Amino acid sequence: MLVLERVSKEFRGRRSLFTSGRTVSALRDISLAVERGETFGIVGESGSGKTTLTRLILRLDMPTSGRILFEGDDMARLSAAAMRRLRARIQIVFQDPYASLNPRMTVHDIVTEPMLIHRATLGLDQRTRTARAAELLAMVGLAEQHLHRYPHEFSGGQRQRIGIARALATGPAMLLLDEPTSALDVSVQAQVLNLLHGLQQRLGLTYVFISHDLSVVRYICDRLAVINRGEIVETGQAEDVFRNPANTYTRMLLAAMPDLPSL
Amino acid sequence: MTEPPLLDIRDLHLSMTSFDGEAHVLAGVNLSVRRNEVWGVVGETGCGKSLTGLSISRLVPSPPARYLGGKILFDGRDLLSLDEAGMRNLRGHRIGMIFQDPTTNLNPAFRIGEQLVDVALAADRRNPDILGVAARAGRRARRRAARDLAVRTLAEVGITDAAERIDAYPHEFSGGMRQRVLIAMALIGRPDLLIADEPTTALDVSVQSQILALLAGMVRDHAMGVILITHNLGVVAKACSHVAVMYAGVIVESGPVAAVLRKPSHPYTRALMSSIPTSGVRRGELKGLPGQVPNLIKPPRGCRFAPRCAQAAEACRAGPPRPVDIGGGHMAACLKPGPAAEAA
Repeated sequence: MLVLERVSKEFRGRRSLFTSGRTVSALRDISLAVERGETFGIVGESGSGKTTLTRLILRLDMPTSGRILFEGDDMARLSAAAMRRLRARIQIVFQDPYASLNPRMTVHDIVTEPMLIHRATLGLDQRTRTARAAELLAMVGLAEQHLHRYPHEFSGGQRQRIGIARALATGPAMLLLDEPTSALDVSVQAQVLNLLHGLQQRLGLTYVFISHDLSVVRYICDRLAVINRGEIVETGQAEDVFRNPANTYTRMLLAAMPDLPSL
Repeated sequence: MTEPPLLDIRDLHLSMTSFDGEAHVLAGVNLSVRRNEVWGVVGETGCGKSLTGLSISRLVPSPPARYLGGKILFDGRDLLSLDEAGMRNLRGHRIGMIFQDPTTNLNPAFRIGEQLVDVALAADRRNPDILGVAARAGRRARRRAARDLAVRTLAEVGITDAAERIDAYPHEFSGGMRQRVLIAMALIGRPDLLIADEPTTALDVSVQSQILALLAGMVRDHAMGVILITHNLGVVAKACSHVAVMYAGVIVESGPVAAVLRKPSHPYTRALMSSIPTSGVRRGELKGLPGQVPNLIKPPRGCRFAPRCAQAAEACRAGPPRPVDIGGGHMAACLKPGPAAEAA
C-alpha cells in the first residue's frame, strides 16, 4: 500500500546568510513497504528521523532522493488535484491531544473541517457532514451531545478520541499515528489502543504507528522497523524482533526498556 | 528499623480553592522514607503525586492551597510550621529537587557553570564543609572552590569533559545531558532527601536507564532517601525499593516494591498493572480502567476508588477504608485486600 524506495532526506544547514553550512542527513536510504490492513511500527529515539519520515509520507516535505509510492502512485509525480484527493486517503493522529485541537473550535467544527476541506472529493453537504460527525463520535466512544462542546471540556483520553474521529472524517485508508498515546496515562492508553485496534478491524485501516514505547509497539504492531540516526537498523515481524533482536542497537533499546516482568 | 525515618508524612490533608469550590486534593497521605530507600510514587495524572512532592519542599502556592491538617516531619521537625526563611535553609541543601522538564528548569541566559556555582555558594553558606574552604577565605577563593566542585559533580553525573562543558549554555546540551545537569544541581548541596518529579519522563529509554542507574549510584554513595514520582510502573520496578500507589489524593497501597508488584492487593494497583501492555497480552485484550478520576470537589463519600471498582460493595461507600498491613509493611487501603477472585 505504501512503499518507500531508498528515500533520503538532507537538510542544508546555513552558517550565515550567504554561506551554506554542512548538510545534515536526516534519513538515509530508507526502504520499507507497508501492507494493506497491517500495523507497521516505526521505532526510534528522539532525533532518529521519525518525524522527518512522517513529514515525507504526508508530503509536507519532499525527499532529497528516492521514491514514495502510495497505492502504486509516485507521490512526487502526482498533479495538485490528484495529491488533494490522495490527502483524504492518508490522515494523521498527533501526539499531543492538548496542542492538536483548536481550543476555539467546537468538536463539531473540528471533526467536520476535513470533510469541508475535501468536499470536492467527498461531496458531502452540510447536513451529511454533521450527521457523519455524530457517527464518527459514536465510533470513537463519544456521544452526539459532545458535538457542541469545546476541547477544554474533555480529558486527555477523550481529546485523543476527538483527534481520531477527525482523522477518520475523510474516510482514509491509512492513518499515521504519531505517538498517539505517549501523552496519556496507562489506563487511558489501554483504552485508546483498544479503540484503535477495534477501528482497524471494523474499517480495514492500515496503520503506521510511530512510537518510542516498545511495549506499546509490541502490543499493537504486526511488523516494525527500528530506526537509528536516520537509518533502518532492523525490520521484521514485531514478535521476532522482540524475541531475537539481530541488531546491537535494537538489543540496547530492549535492554533499556523498563518492563514489569523483570521482577 | 531503629533509626527514625528521614521523612515522615502523617495524615496530610491539602485543599485547593478553585472557581467551583474547594477540592480536597490530598486526603490523608501517610508516607515515611528512611535513608537508602527509594520510594516510587505512582498514579494517574491528577492524583496528587506532584502535590505530595511539592508539599515536602513547601512549594505549593498558598493560597489557593490550604493545609487542613497533618504533619510533614523532616528529621523530626514539622516542615508545615517552618517559616519561609527556615525552608530556604533546607531547600537545595538538605532537600534536593529534580523536576520533569530539564529545558524549563535551567536558565537559558546563563552558562551551566554559573548556575551550578550559585547553588554551590548558597549551599556553602549553610554548610561550610561543602566547599571545604576556610571561613575567612575571600570571594575569589570561594568561587574557585565552587567551580571545582561544580566540575566534580558534573563529572560524577556522567558528563564527559566536564571542565570544558561547564562553560556551555543549556541549549548546547541534549535533553539527557540537561537532566544530568539538574541532577548535579540537586546533588551539589549534598541533600539527605531527594525529590525527583518525573525525572525521566521527557527522555528516551536509553537515556532513562542511564539516569536511573546514576540515581541508584547516588543513593548508595550518599545514603540519601529518594522520592521518585513517576507514572511508569516499569521505572518503579527498575529503580525503586518501595512504592506508594496514589489515587485521588490517597495512598491506596504501599510497601516494598517486590511485594506490591508481585502481589498487588488494591484493585486500583491491579487495574494499573493490567493496563500495561506486556508480552503475554493479545491485541485488543488489554484491560483499561473504565471511568474517570472522581471530581475532588465532591469526592465519593467512602473509598474514593469505589465508583470505578469492580469489587465495590455497600460497605466500601460508607467511609474511607483504613490502610491495613497485609504483611512485611505492605499496606493496602481496601476493605477486601488481596488478589481478586478473577486473576488479574
